[in-house]
Amino acid sequence: MRFERRENQPLLLIFATPLIAVIAALALSGVLIALAGAPVFEAYWNIVKGAFGSRLSTTETLTRAIPLMLTGLAAAIAFRAKLWNIGAEGQLYIGAITVSAVSSQLLAGTPSLIQIPVLLICGAIAGMILLLIPLWLRLRFSVDEVVTTLLLNFVAILFVSMLIDTVLKDPLAFGWPQSLPVEDDAMLPRILTRSRLHIGLFIAIALAIIIYLIQTRTVFGLQSRAAGLNPEAAVFAGVPLGRTLVLVAMISGGFAGLAGAVEVMGVQGYVTTELSPGFGYSGIVVAMLANLNPIGVILAALFIATMFVGADGMSRVMEIPTYIADVTVASSLLSMLVAIFFTQYRIRR
Amino acid sequence: MTEIIDILSSAGLWAAVLRIATPLIFGTLGALLCERAGVLNLGIEGIMTFGAMIGWLAVFNGADLWTGILVAAISGGVFGLLHALFTVTLGLSQHVSGLGVTLFASSFSYYIFRLLVPVAGTPPTVEAFQPIDIPGLSDIPFIGPAFFTQTPPTYLAIVLAFFLAYIVFKTPLGLAIRMTGENPHAAEAQGINPIVIRYGCVIVGSGLMAIGGAFLTLSAFNSFFPTMVQGRGWICIALVVFASWRPSHALLGALLFAFFDGFQFRLQTVLSGVVPYQVFLMIPYILSITALAVMARRARVPQALMQPFRRGER
Repeated sequence: MRFERRENQPLLLIFATPLIAVIAALALSGVLIALAGAPVFEAYWNIVKGAFGSRLSTTETLTRAIPLMLTGLAAAIAFRAKLWNIGAEGQLYIGAITVSAVSSQLLAGTPSLIQIPVLLICGAIAGMILLLIPLWLRLRFSVDEVVTTLLLNFVAILFVSMLIDTVLKDPLAFGWPQSLPVEDDAMLPRILTRSRLHIGLFIAIALAIIIYLIQTRTVFGLQSRAAGLNPEAAVFAGVPLGRTLVLVAMISGGFAGLAGAVEVMGVQGYVTTELSPGFGYSGIVVAMLANLNPIGVILAALFIATMFVGADGMSRVMEIPTYIADVTVASSLLSMLVAIFFTQYRIRR
Repeated sequence: MTEIIDILSSAGLWAAVLRIATPLIFGTLGALLCERAGVLNLGIEGIMTFGAMIGWLAVFNGADLWTGILVAAISGGVFGLLHALFTVTLGLSQHVSGLGVTLFASSFSYYIFRLLVPVAGTPPTVEAFQPIDIPGLSDIPFIGPAFFTQTPPTYLAIVLAFFLAYIVFKTPLGLAIRMTGENPHAAEAQGINPIVIRYGCVIVGSGLMAIGGAFLTLSAFNSFFPTMVQGRGWICIALVVFASWRPSHALLGALLFAFFDGFQFRLQTVLSGVVPYQVFLMIPYILSITALAVMARRARVPQALMQPFRRGER
């Protein structure tokens, strides 16, 4: 038995792969739920109800999908250029703490119309800077950015923990390590009343479309793809590799930083070290499930948000740990990898 | 200054160095073995977490400590098999596959733990490995308490580093492994099956990583809690580069790293109130990044690292 590269990839198969991957992941999780002695279909039904069963839960699911879309885009953009940015989690936290610092220290009293865009940009710039460090190490010292971005996640979270323990600590938080809240004028407008759903949703979707257009319609889009497919050939064809990677890193890190900014300004209002339940890492899964397609990221983020919010609801009525959502998400990444493989290869005896 | 000398001259620091180094030695050797055969294994963080959980769980359910270690090693081997299936047989991206294994193994271990161990105010504990004295050596003043009052897995880790160095550099098997990591096609021309070598190295290497994780719950601590691995796996990946893919240097690197870690921990108590504790906690990660930057160019990377091997395809 051997694998043979397909001459052309059937279009139907490309669209079916994420579905097949998700079904495989749900089947595997189903086995684990059954091992826990719980009825599988009832559990999944409760997950669906937990995610979409009421107006509140539906808006919560959409709200949860917003940072996932942004970290998913961050990963998708970087991975396409084979820039392995696994540091979205740290970039998210740095973006978030920057927003809290700038809003409370510099922009107090500024009207929303100025404050909100300035803060969003500040958060994005902070994320960019954190990714430019490992990129510089890669370009200058040929250090693999996977490990450095991963290690910087820990540094970033400790840095945030230090700030919210000292200079940015909220004196009114009863001693809890929690940052000064952002100004009320800095909070993103809500889309619906009596919910936490904020305009970050529109921002994320608009950015996904813009990135899609950039990737398909511009020279830079082509260059970043070429840098990923075959760096040597790209350089030979005149692609400025370093400059392309720097731009890719700025967009990727910027989006991850923006995810943190949006989460603070849209939902929490302040920063703790529990701001993100792994949005940065889940973003990798989002990107892979979307097959690195920016539009696909929107749908993949919705699926992951559904799993997390739904599993929270499900575990309130059934004796199954919420970690089942993490297992499903992780196994959907693995099954997606296999599924992508079979769109490119076929088995020959 | 006197405080620093006090810290350096306490046997407790040096005993702690060996203790901190142990999981790193196992993890680094495991990652090194995989990479020597040409496979980057970023599953390490999750495999260590799973090893920590399953080893502890086995002992919690009545197995003896060495059985716990063995169970962890086998579980690591199974995840290694999964990673090898993805990266060797299918030739998928080693980065993404490894991260997938990490995400899967860690969330799977939290799920099993939450399912099987009742939630309690204080986490349940097991009777962990106790330090054993080495007759004669442990009685030497300072040296004895500093270096020879460790638990058995620590001694095992050190012996293993030398054993692996011997295997990699002095045996035909080691030559086959190195060839597979440098040029699998040339290895195949010599009658070596690169696929078998890669599978073997990834499975055994992952088993070692899991033992490193199990050391945390069965010797360093006596209970399991999520996120306890704390990036040690990633640090091991950095240490492999620092060690330039040599097992003996991996041992030295892990010890050096553990020295800084143990030292900063003791410095915290001296400087508490002056410097925020988070600064000290950052040191290990920053140190790893610095080590990578210094060594990355100098290190001899296995030439076929991260390159899938497909017969008849170049």
